[in-house]
Amino acid sequence: MYRSNQQQGNGKVLHIAALLAVLMVSWVLWSGLYKPLILGLGVFSCLLSTYLATRMGFFRHKFPLRTLLRLPGYWWWLLLEIVKSSIDVARVVLSPSMPISPTVVELKSEGLNDAGKVILGNSITLSPGTVTIDLYKDTFLVHCLTKEGAQALQEQEAQRRVQLLGLN
Amino acid sequence: MTELLIDALSWLLMALGGGFVLIGGIGALRLPDFYTRIHAASLTDTMASILIFFGIILQAGFSLAALKLFAIMIFLLLTGPTASYALANAALQSGLRPEKPTVTSTGRDK
Repeated sequence: MYRSNQQQGNGKVLHIAALLAVLMVSWVLWSGLYKPLILGLGVFSCLLSTYLATRMGFFRHKFPLRTLLRLPGYWWWLLLEIVKSSIDVARVVLSPSMPISPTVVELKSEGLNDAGKVILGNSITLSPGTVTIDLYKDTFLVHCLTKEGAQALQEQEAQRRVQLLGLN
Repeated sequence: MTELLIDALSWLLMALGGGFVLIGGIGALRLPDFYTRIHAASLTDTMASILIFFGIILQAGFSLAALKLFAIMIFLLLTGPTASYALANAALQSGLRPEKPTVTSTGRDK
C-alpha cells in the first residue's frame, strides 16, 4: 500500500531541500544572532532534523502545496468548533447537576492517508469534550463527554473537512 | 483611543483565558473518572492557551514578537493533543476501560 504512493527521485530531493530551507529560514528569524558559532549550530541542527525526518518516513507521502494553502481555512473552522465545544464543556462542568453522559464512539475514516488521520485525530482531541483514545487502521475510538458531542461527531463533518484538504 | 481599545480587548482575552484555566481545574476535580477528567484538562490545554496567547499577541503589537508568539501557540496546539492521545491510549492499553458501553457507528447509514 505504501509503495503505490511513495515518491521517488527528484520529487523527494526537492521536498527534502524545501524542508531544509524552511528550517534554516526559521532558525535565522528565531535567533536573530549572526555569530558564526550560532549560525553553525543552526545549520547543524537543521541538518540533523532533516535527517531524522527522513528516517521517520516524513517524505514517504506527498504533502501537496494545495494542502498548505487550504490549511488556514481548516484552522479557522477548527477554531470556531473549539470555541463552541469549549463553551459546552464549561457549561457542563459548572452546572450543579453536572449532566455528563460519557460515550465511546467508533469512527470510520476511509480514504485518508497517514497525515490525514493524524490531522483528524488531533483535531478531535483538540476540541474539548472529545478525545481520540485509539486508532487502529481506519477506525478511531473517541471518548465523548456527552451524548450530544458523540452525535455531533457522527455527522462526520470533520472527516469531510479533512478530506477537503486534498492530502491524497 | 485605539490603544485603550486594544488594551481592553487584550485584557478581556487574557481574563477569559484565566477563567477557562479555572473552569478546567474545577472540572478536573469534579468529574468522576480518568477519561472524563481528560476533557477538563483539554479545556485548559486548548481554549485557555488560545485566549491567553491572543491576549499577549495584542500586547506585543504588530512585530516579530507577535509572529513568534503565534508560532509558539501553533506548536503547543500541535503537540498538546499528541500528548493527550499518548496519555489516553496508555490508559486504554493498560486495561482501564471507559465505563459506558461502546457505541458503534458508521455514521452515514443512519
